[in-house]
Amino acid sequence: MIGGLFIYNHKGEVLISRVYRDDIGRNAVDAFRVNVIHARQQVRSPVTNIARTSFFHVKRSNIWLAAVTKQNVNAAMVFEFLYKMCDVMTAYFGKISEENIKNNFVLIYELLDEILDFGYPQNSETGALKTFITQQGIKSQTKEEQSQITSQVTGQIGWRREGIKYRRNELFLDVLESVNLLMSPQGQVLSAHVSGRVVMKSYLSGMPECKFGMNDKIVIDKQGKGGTTDDAGKSELGGSSGKQSIAIDDCTFHQCVRLSKFDSERSISFIPPDGEYELMRYRTTKDIILPFRVIPLVREVGRTKLEVKVVIKSNFKPSLLAQKIEVRIPTPLNTSGVQVICMKGKAKYKASENAIVWKIKRMAGMKESQISAEIELLPTNDKKKWARPPISMNFEVPFAPSGLKVRYLKVFEPKLNYSDHDVIKWVRYIGRSGIYETRC
Amino acid sequence: MPAVSKGDGMRGLAVFISDIRNCKSKEAEIKRINKELANIRSKFKGDKALDGYSKKKYVCKLLFIFLLGHDIDFGHMEAVNLLSSNKYTEKQIGYLFISVLVNSNSELIRLINNAIKNDLSSRNPTFMCLALHCIANVGSREMAEAFAGEIPRILVAGDTMDSVKQSAALCLLRLYKTSPDLVLMGEWTSRVVHLLNDQHMGVVTAAISLITCLSQKNPDEFKTCVSLAVSRLSRIVSSASTDLQDYTYYFVPAPWLSCKLLRLLQCYPPPEDGAVKGRLVECLETILNKAQEPPKSKKVQHSNAKNAILFEAIALIIHYDSEPNLLVRACNQLGQFLQHRETNLRYLALESMCTLASSEFSHEAVKTHIETVINALKTERDVSVRQRAADLLYAMCDRSNAKQIVAEMLSYLETADYSIREEMVLKVAILAEKYAVDYSWYVDTILNLIRIAGDYVSEEVWYRVIQIVINRDDVQGYAAKTVFEALQAPACHENMVKVGGYILGEFGNLIAGDPRSSPLVQFNLLHSKFHLCSVPTRALLLSAYIKFINLFPETKTTIQEVLRCDSQIRNSDVELQQRAVEYLKLSSIASTDVLATVLEEMPPFPERESSILAKLKKKKGPGAVSNELEEGKREGGELNGAGERPGDSSAIGASNASTPSPSADLLGLRSAAPVSAAPPSAGSLLVDVFSEAGPAAPAASVNDDGFLRDLEPPTESSDSLLAEGSGDSDSAPPSVVSEDPAPPLPESDELLNKFVCKNNGVLFENQLLQIGIKSEYRQNLGRMYLFYGNKTSVQFVSFTTTVSCPGELQSHLNVQLKPVDPLVEGGAQVQQVINIECITDFSEAPILNIKFRYGGALQNLSLKLPVTINKFFQPTEMASNDFFQRWKQLSQPQQEAQKIFKANHAMDTEVIKAKLLGLGTALLDKVDPNPENFVCAGVIQTKSQQVGCLLRLEPNAQAQPGEQMYRLTLRSSKDTVSKRLCDLLAEQF
Repeated sequence: MIGGLFIYNHKGEVLISRVYRDDIGRNAVDAFRVNVIHARQQVRSPVTNIARTSFFHVKRSNIWLAAVTKQNVNAAMVFEFLYKMCDVMTAYFGKISEENIKNNFVLIYELLDEILDFGYPQNSETGALKTFITQQGIKSQTKEEQSQITSQVTGQIGWRREGIKYRRNELFLDVLESVNLLMSPQGQVLSAHVSGRVVMKSYLSGMPECKFGMNDKIVIDKQGKGGTTDDAGKSELGGSSGKQSIAIDDCTFHQCVRLSKFDSERSISFIPPDGEYELMRYRTTKDIILPFRVIPLVREVGRTKLEVKVVIKSNFKPSLLAQKIEVRIPTPLNTSGVQVICMKGKAKYKASENAIVWKIKRMAGMKESQISAEIELLPTNDKKKWARPPISMNFEVPFAPSGLKVRYLKVFEPKLNYSDHDVIKWVRYIGRSGIYETRC
Repeated sequence: MPAVSKGDGMRGLAVFISDIRNCKSKEAEIKRINKELANIRSKFKGDKALDGYSKKKYVCKLLFIFLLGHDIDFGHMEAVNLLSSNKYTEKQIGYLFISVLVNSNSELIRLINNAIKNDLSSRNPTFMCLALHCIANVGSREMAEAFAGEIPRILVAGDTMDSVKQSAALCLLRLYKTSPDLVLMGEWTSRVVHLLNDQHMGVVTAAISLITCLSQKNPDEFKTCVSLAVSRLSRIVSSASTDLQDYTYYFVPAPWLSCKLLRLLQCYPPPEDGAVKGRLVECLETILNKAQEPPKSKKVQHSNAKNAILFEAIALIIHYDSEPNLLVRACNQLGQFLQHRETNLRYLALESMCTLASSEFSHEAVKTHIETVINALKTERDVSVRQRAADLLYAMCDRSNAKQIVAEMLSYLETADYSIREEMVLKVAILAEKYAVDYSWYVDTILNLIRIAGDYVSEEVWYRVIQIVINRDDVQGYAAKTVFEALQAPACHENMVKVGGYILGEFGNLIAGDPRSSPLVQFNLLHSKFHLCSVPTRALLLSAYIKFINLFPETKTTIQEVLRCDSQIRNSDVELQQRAVEYLKLSSIASTDVLATVLEEMPPFPERESSILAKLKKKKGPGAVSNELEEGKREGGELNGAGERPGDSSAIGASNASTPSPSADLLGLRSAAPVSAAPPSAGSLLVDVFSEAGPAAPAASVNDDGFLRDLEPPTESSDSLLAEGSGDSDSAPPSVVSEDPAPPLPESDELLNKFVCKNNGVLFENQLLQIGIKSEYRQNLGRMYLFYGNKTSVQFVSFTTTVSCPGELQSHLNVQLKPVDPLVEGGAQVQQVINIECITDFSEAPILNIKFRYGGALQNLSLKLPVTINKFFQPTEMASNDFFQRWKQLSQPQQEAQKIFKANHAMDTEVIKAKLLGLGTALLDKVDPNPENFVCAGVIQTKSQQVGCLLRLEPNAQAQPGEQMYRLTLRSSKDTVSKRLCDLLAEQF
């Protein structure tokens, strides 16, 4: 189990130090600083073993979070906890920065007491935590409330308290996807996958029972065979491109989802936490819609000149608009000057990053744009050839590149008198680029 | 020029560096550097030419980036351009970049060399210095090739500035160190030496480093520097502290120069010129006097500088080792330092004293400080100083103070630092042995040593105790008693058990009379330790037990019980099991006589260099060896061949051979066996006997696979002999009926020649008798085993043998014959041992007379014993120049014996080599310029003297076809030896 938890700033100074077990000494704090933060070579592995002690770290902007243990723990669990810890802190005081941590250290210690007990992770649900750890000092609690807290911490539904009431029952659903691609210069897909998340924000009264449906291939096929179309058409909430069903490679759910039901009926039903949470995560690798195609053309003219031409083509419905498009074209290390001409957007040679960065604010579907650059090189006596790193791209599109569609989200609250129709539901799809690269 | 207005501040560089330092993370730093690199690239690429200032600035930035650990692959050209600038700062940066980032780009090197050449030929001293520094910093072979010829010229030119001369001298030194073959001093030698007379002290200081290095390589060429150095030194020493102005350091005149001068003088022997020598002695005295003066300053730098000169002077005094007065003064001075507050001074004083102790003049003086040194050993806080103190105690030890020093070292050992314990143990062991007057003291000391620091006592140490106890009759009883007492301690170290087992096994009978140490008590005591010991020790104890059976027949049943129990006879360790089985069998079937023969007391070990000394040398490394050797010589202990053989392996070999425990090869029997098997007729009989049955290796058969197997075959092989012999018995030779010794057989001379180059084989054979021989020589001692085989089925009666030394030989050779059983059964074989001691060199061979009755007929037989002078050779390895030096020393006509003779056998290099090795000399490879020739060296060891012999054999294969000739030349310090060896050898080829 986790023996201790430390938070460092970028200089390696300790901001928060909480030791849960005796086997972690004070010197562990220094060991991590010396061997990871101040290491000569950048430490890439998130798990470091120093003197029979394991350090698991994540970095948020300039802040290092490190969990320390001497035991053989489940590393995935530790990282899950660290991410949760980040989420909780973000929920309490916004961005994780040195300043914020320094201003909230009492709160952080209080949180650490609550979410880790003798190194065992406890309830880390923000909604639940917020009921008894408050920033606004001591809040007097009635006896009733106190007993509720006990039942909540120990009870079955730890992520939602009872007696929530809203005048307007509202529900926001975001499908956030990031698409990753590696393509050969000839346009052959070398690897591609989409990792997605379904994030919900619910403002619902009482203890509602929800049911979520999407175009999962297994469900669709089963229904197709059964002949019962159910009310699929009726509860279709939105979507962009026409694809019947998608094959999900793997998925994970929030703790509120009843896994037994998912296993038996493949249906996702749950009592949602209040506020914002991540309902599920998934990954697909088949039939991915690649929003952009990059066509590079690099020509070496003698020893001192390089001509680069890059064409990008958008590959989605013309009615949709892609945003925040950025193409990054690496330049050789001995570049001494660059001239760029582009049809659209802005392009600039960034010496500090050894790349030409081409930015386009918006671009509609089924369009094409082009950039051409002349790179002047300084002759060097080095025999090494330029490795030609791939051209990478960033963008944001308003659809799910995996093809996922939300079919329905039903809300039942038998105790209170509001029905599924009274709930206002919002659905949004956002596809972002992950590592989206084309070799040149 | 615009550059002037900008100044030399290089603001851009300062801004860049502060930017880098302010970076919050590594990523930010890399970004900043990338940006800067792109900027510099665009600047260098830019069409308009850069001025010197910006070039310098960018090259500086590149240098800084490089030093941060990033690769720089451009900018070399710009740096080379800077070299041709006229401004000092620009040139300096250019050279800096070149010396840090130079690579073997041929094109660039050419440009750089060109620029350097220009600067060297310019008359500007700062530019010349810059160029010289660059050459020295790079110091590559290319640089040496280009400038090795140029720099000496600059160094000795009359019009060169002093500062340039300094740089040139040091630059030349560097080039000489990297590629000595390219720096040829030839014509410049004398002028370089005369730099010692230069007005400028800096030049002298720089030049002396160069001269010291050069004169170490070829001292003869620079001999003239001695007198110059002495006069320079005396000028400095006698100068007042204010005379040298800049070169006075805290009131000490030119300390660095003085030290270097003294060090230079240490490369040479004392000057022969009386005046020079007198002056030097005066200088050294002045230095010693100055050490007595009260310090002129309280600053530590003052005393440091003064002491540096003093220690260097003492080192020189020790190096000369010829001025008793100075040596004693140096010793007294060091004695004062022994109690100084400064730890470093104490350390240095102890270290220098170690070397002083080895000089005969100052040895006594060093000894007066014994109390202080012992005190240092006890109270010093720094372990390295304690180590030096221990070294010094070891060095100053002699017969008069050995007991005290050994006692002190032993008592210190209990608290000694772990890192030096093993060395201390070895030293104690050596001192105890070397200066032991009373061997019971020696035994006490070593047993104490084992008790106190058992873990650090190496094998060699306890081997040595046993060797000494066995070789000294007077101490054996005492040793047995002490060991017995030591073993009674409840917990004793395994090494103690080993010594105890061995000694009680050999000499337990000497204390068996006392009821407190009766045989059974002894055995029980040993056996109580048995189960706590490791396998090798247990094996040794088993051997001790079987020896007990021989010594005390009353313990037989007890011991057999022990051997019989499952933990022995079925031990999983094959060695223990085999011993248990074999010893059990041996004790139950062999008669007491056989047991007594097999388990006879160990014969004395041949005297030789102490194996411990070899171990200590090995531990200390080759540097210390020579020291030890000298010491050994001073003590009058003659180091024999074993000590002089180079290389560790032979030393280890020697120490192994002298160890008592794994002594299967104690006499080299195994390796000798195949040689003895050469005559086929004798093979079946002799091989078995030769392979193992040497009586000298009875109980100590650690490695013998077939200890018992070899005891049995004689009956078997005698059967076959019987069958063979019966056929011959009819044709017995006509009996020679005479009681007088028969004259030597006519062929005995030929027999003698057969054994010049080998030690084993069949000496004689007829239908009745076969005589096998096997011999072994160590120094001036030899032991010969004669095996008389009865080839008939009838017994020989009144079998007697005598050895006579005709004429003068009696006084030259001491031959002792052990009596032999007068009855030789048919088909049996008896053995006889002959001990031989060579008193002085001899040329005749002793005569062996054998008489016996065979079927009533008296047989009388005389043979020459194959004992020739060459048997007492000790091989000596030496290098080519060494050999020829000695060869020349032995140039008097009577010392040389030469023979030119026809080859009797084909000229086969391998055969000749084998014969020369068999002769006992060392065959020296690559000594003679003609590879055809053979060159050997050896020392003949006799009791009265040692005779060094050098041999040269020149085969002439081509001269006359069919008539191949040899020329054999022998030179030795004694004419008779040369002659005899020459005669002996001439018959061999």
